[in-house]
Amino acid sequence: MTSPALSDDDLRRKSVAYRRDLLRIIKHAGAGHTGGSLSCIDILNVLYNRVLNVTPETARHPDRDRYVQSKGHSVEALYVVLAERGFFPPEGLDTLCCGGSPFVGHPTRKVPGIEMNTGGLGHGLSISVGMAMAGKLDQASYRVFTLLGDGELAEGSNWEAAMCASHYALDNLTAIIDHNTLQITGATRDVCSNAPLDEKFASFGWGVVSIDGHDLAAITEAFSGPAVTGKPTCVIANTTKGRGVSFMEGVVKWHHGVPSEAEYKSALAELDAATAGLTEARS
Amino acid sequence: MSAPAPSLYSEEAVARAKRLGLRLGRANLEVFADTLLEIATPDHNVLAVTSDSRGSGKLKPFGDALPRQIVEVGIAEQNLIGVSAGLASAGKTVFAVSPACFLATRSLEQIKNDVCYSDMPVTLVGISAGVSYGALGSTHHSLHDFAALRAIHNVTVVAPADNREAQTAVRWAAHHDRPVYLRFGKAPLYDLASAPAPNDPRDASLLRQGDDVAFIATGETVIHCLLAADRLAEQGVETTVLSVPCVKPLDETAILAACRGCRAVVTAEEHSVHGGLGDAVAALLLGSGVTPVFRATAIPDEDTYTGSQADIFRRYGLSMEGLADRASRALDAAGVAL
Repeated sequence: MTSPALSDDDLRRKSVAYRRDLLRIIKHAGAGHTGGSLSCIDILNVLYNRVLNVTPETARHPDRDRYVQSKGHSVEALYVVLAERGFFPPEGLDTLCCGGSPFVGHPTRKVPGIEMNTGGLGHGLSISVGMAMAGKLDQASYRVFTLLGDGELAEGSNWEAAMCASHYALDNLTAIIDHNTLQITGATRDVCSNAPLDEKFASFGWGVVSIDGHDLAAITEAFSGPAVTGKPTCVIANTTKGRGVSFMEGVVKWHHGVPSEAEYKSALAELDAATAGLTEARS
Repeated sequence: MSAPAPSLYSEEAVARAKRLGLRLGRANLEVFADTLLEIATPDHNVLAVTSDSRGSGKLKPFGDALPRQIVEVGIAEQNLIGVSAGLASAGKTVFAVSPACFLATRSLEQIKNDVCYSDMPVTLVGISAGVSYGALGSTHHSLHDFAALRAIHNVTVVAPADNREAQTAVRWAAHHDRPVYLRFGKAPLYDLASAPAPNDPRDASLLRQGDDVAFIATGETVIHCLLAADRLAEQGVETTVLSVPCVKPLDETAILAACRGCRAVVTAEEHSVHGGLGDAVAALLLGSGVTPVFRATAIPDEDTYTGSQADIFRRYGLSMEGLADRASRALDAAGVAL
């Protein structure tokens, strides 16, 4: 179940802790998608601590809310949140990408709490449409959320799914775009521009909201229900790739860069300072 | 779209079928649609998901009878499979129906990731498979689906040979909790026997037993092997005919039992010569130390001949006459005097 008692400051502290954890496991594994995990972690924080009606105990319950991470490469963000929410013991994360580990470098159902194996881009939205459609057929109350990268939107399958979602009026579906504006080659606007994103989704029949994807209150509000009754919702979350670690922010190489020992210590020092700032603000 | 297919059978073949008491049935596609309707009528969780293919899938009666159980996604095969996986994850029994040529190519990554890797119990239904579309050309042929799907983990690949096998396969798939691919053509087929097909389509059926040559065949080529065997018998050739609906996993026991002791083995399939039943049987035999003269009969690796399904079958020896000739030559190579 969600934790409605958590304040925005409580969630901010969790976000800092999640950032520390995901950097630690990426450093330990020597592999991972650092920048995109840091850009979407605040979104996952709000989903799993405030919005999704799912717990380790209800992870297979038919009426649970569903989350599908279409941008599967940011799996480290998902793993650390699921671990902290008790879906599996956190020690497992030390085996990320190790031989025989269930913690594969993209989401797999081998890990408790993961709904669907993802990693190939342009898959999650169609899967989520199917889940939401089943919910409508069964007159169930659950909601379906999926997280897509903005570079991922170049995959044509997303637009097949977008048409289908509005055709079936799936207002139990929310697609979140982690709009960090960078992909592995460079700026998305230079690789293959998807602008204007809001108008594209609106023209496909979606309700669209644009928010600061690091503003926990704004994220919470955007996830509170369909933007427009009878339409699927697209939340364009404007984020910063590498958010929270100054030397990673907006730098393409951190798409899948792994910090050196010195960089890791420097990043942790920044995050410690952020934690201290939150504690001071509270006291 | 295309005219009714010319007969796949010569006058001699028709006469032999009649003499053997074989009944000319319907297209497997029609049997699929009827069987699915029968399964879905009492169970609202059974869904047909289509990509503008309810007409070619013979699913109009299904849609009319059970409008809430047919999901139309339009001409969007990638979305077809992703949506099907999502529906299956929520407990639906899903039959995803699309022409085999598009299903096994356009949506191959969705099949690999969303269905097979994610282990969603979706039944993938490739309609108008093989060269059913005939002269519409290679865009509409599926001569690669066995090869593509055999290389993907966690999917059972089934090509029923007649109406009996088709009905069994659909019923079995509806209750199977793993991914399945079913492949159906649209030409009327003779039933291979009067007895029912095995309840599990992974089991091969021994239709005839002899120890000179063994035909190991799948899908809509099996009948031509059975008729060829009848022709060969008149030349004193004793023939085994094994119908292998399941290309993956293979019924290895039945295939080895059928081939051991035979001087020659001829495989037949409506598929590319690469990556299908022929390759699978060859690997099995060689790996098991069973080494008869071996001939794969399939569509060669070339720009496919233009024509109806019947024209293409005849061109490449997938007819009674062609298969009998192939078997005779194989026996000749094995040193058996006819």
